[in-house]
Amino acid sequence: MSLMRPSSPHTHSASSISSTSSVMRTVVLATLPGLIALTHFFGVGSILNLLLAIIFCLGFETLALKLRKKPVLFYLGDYSALVTAILLALAVPPYAPWWLIATGSFFAIVVAKHLYGGLGFNPFNPAMVGYVVLLISFPVEMTQWRIPAIEGLGYLPLLDSLNAIFAGAHLDGFTSATPLDAIKHNQGLTVEDLYATHSAFQSAKIAGTGWEWVNIGFLVGGLYLLYQKVFTWHAPVGMLAALFILPVFFYDGGSSASAGSPFFHLFSGATMLGAFFIITDPVTSATSTLGRLIYGAAIGALVFIIRVWGNYPDAVAFAVLLMNFAAPFIDYYTVPRTYGHERAQSALRKEDEH
Amino acid sequence: MSNYKEITTNGLWKNNPALVQLLGLCPLLAVTGSFVNALGLGMATMLVLIGSNVVVSLIRNAVSDAVKLPAFVMIIAAFTTCTELLMQAFTYELYQILGIFIPLIVTNCAILGRADAFASKNPILPSAVDGFMMALGFMLVLLAIGGIREIIGNGTLFADMHLIFGTGAESWKLELFGSNYVNFLVAVLPPGAFFVAGLLIAVKNMIDAQIQKRQAALKAKPVKGAKRVRTTGKIA
Repeated sequence: MSLMRPSSPHTHSASSISSTSSVMRTVVLATLPGLIALTHFFGVGSILNLLLAIIFCLGFETLALKLRKKPVLFYLGDYSALVTAILLALAVPPYAPWWLIATGSFFAIVVAKHLYGGLGFNPFNPAMVGYVVLLISFPVEMTQWRIPAIEGLGYLPLLDSLNAIFAGAHLDGFTSATPLDAIKHNQGLTVEDLYATHSAFQSAKIAGTGWEWVNIGFLVGGLYLLYQKVFTWHAPVGMLAALFILPVFFYDGGSSASAGSPFFHLFSGATMLGAFFIITDPVTSATSTLGRLIYGAAIGALVFIIRVWGNYPDAVAFAVLLMNFAAPFIDYYTVPRTYGHERAQSALRKEDEH
Repeated sequence: MSNYKEITTNGLWKNNPALVQLLGLCPLLAVTGSFVNALGLGMATMLVLIGSNVVVSLIRNAVSDAVKLPAFVMIIAAFTTCTELLMQAFTYELYQILGIFIPLIVTNCAILGRADAFASKNPILPSAVDGFMMALGFMLVLLAIGGIREIIGNGTLFADMHLIFGTGAESWKLELFGSNYVNFLVAVLPPGAFFVAGLLIAVKNMIDAQIQKRQAALKAKPVKGAKRVRTTGKIA
C-alpha cells in the first residue's frame, strides 16, 4: 500500500480556514479588488490574461501530475495552480499575446514547481519564475502597458483585444510609459514638474494614473487576508517599512535627481501585490516570524535599489527570487526558542552537538 | 584498457566528459549560444585534447610523479597557444567571438583529467584514440546544446557558419519558424545553458535507466527445474 504524502501545511480541518485549499480560495477571493482596479483602468485585457493563465496553468499542472503519476484531482483541488495562474496573470501586461502567457505558465508550473518536486518543495515562487523568464526573454512585449482609460482614451473594444492577443496586432500607439519608467528616465524635471507634465501622472495624487488605485486594491485584499489570518504581518510590514524608509533618504526634496517619494514607492508598480500576495508564500519565504521580518525588509530594500539604480523599472520579481535563495540562510540564523528551552537553540550549536 | 571499443563507448556515452564527468562546464555553458560557436570551441578542444594526450603518453615514463601535473599543464598550455594562433590566422571573427574561452581551454579539467587518468598510463595510439573520442563526446554535447539554444533563442540553425567554412557557407542558415518568430532570449542568455544542459543530462539518465531495466528483464529468465517457494497458507 502506498501512502499519500501531501505537502505542508499539514493542518487538517475542513471547516475553518486552515487547509491548503481553503487558504488558496481565500487568496483568490482577496485578489478581486486589485483585479477590479486593473480592469477599470486597463480594460478587459487583465481578465483575458486571467482566463488564459488559468487554462494554461491548470493544463500544465494536469499534464505534469499525469507524467509524475500523481492523483490529478487531489492535487488540482488544492488550488495552488490557480493561485499561481492568477498571480502570473496580474503581473503580465494586459493584451499580451497568448503565447506569452503560455510560456510563462509552462515555466511557472512545470519548471519552477514540478521539476523541483511539486508544491511544498519548490525553492522559488513559481509565478515569479514565470514572470522573470518572460521579462528577460520578451522585454518588448512585457513592457507594453496600455494607457490607462482615464486619460480620454476609451477601452479597447473586445474584438481589437482578441486581435492583439491571438493575431499579434500591435498596440504601439496606445501604450505609454508607466510611472516607474517615467521617474526612472526623468532628466532635468523636478518631481513636481514631472507630475504636472507627464501623462503617466495625469489626475494622479501620489503614484501615477491608475497605478495608485491598483495598489490600493491589492492593499485592501491583503488586509482582508491578514484579518483572516492567512499569514502573519511580519513579511509585508518588513517589506513596506523598508520601501518607505529608504526613499526618505533619497527623495532629495523632489529635485530632478530624486528617486521618488516614499508614498510613490509604496503605491506604484507591483509593491502591494508583492507585499501581500507574493512574499507571503509559505513555501518559499523564511519560516520564523523574525526570519519573515528580515526576509520582507530585505525584499523591500532590494526593490528600492533595483528600481532606482538597476536596469529595470520595477523589481519585485527579481527581489523575491533573490531572497528565495536566501530564505534557508535566514532560517538558519533565526531558529525560534522552543518551549522548554530558556533560549533559542542556534542552528550552529545543534550542528556541533551531534 | 587498450580495448578501442571500450574507449569509444566511454568517450561518447558511458563516461562522457560533459554529461557524466560534468567537466569543462565553463565553456560548455558559456559559449553554446549558437551552433557555430559550439562547433568552433568543440574543434579547438579536440585539437588540444588529442595533442596533449599524445605528448603526455610519449613522456609518460620520463617525468616523475612530483612534476607530473605541472608538466601536463605546460603541454596543454602549449597546444592551447597553438590552437589560439591557428584560429587567429584562419577564423579571426570566430576567434574574436569566442574570446577568453579559447585561452581558458587550458583550465578545462576534462583535458587535464584525461592526461592524468588515461594518457599517463597508456601507449600512444590508445591515448590518441581516447583523446579523440572524449573530445568527440564533448563536442557532440556542445553541438546539441548550441543547436537547441539557437533554435529556441533565435529560431535559426547553422547561422553564421561562414565563420568556419568560408563564404560559401552563408546560405546554410535555416529559418525554422519563419521571420515572425519572436526570439526567446532566455535560451541564448546564461540561464538557458543551465536549462538545456540539465535537460540533456536528465534525458541521458532516462535512457540509461531504460537500458538497465531492459537488461534486468532479459537476465531474469526463470531457471529450469526451479521450484516456487510456498510463502502463504498453512505449513504442515
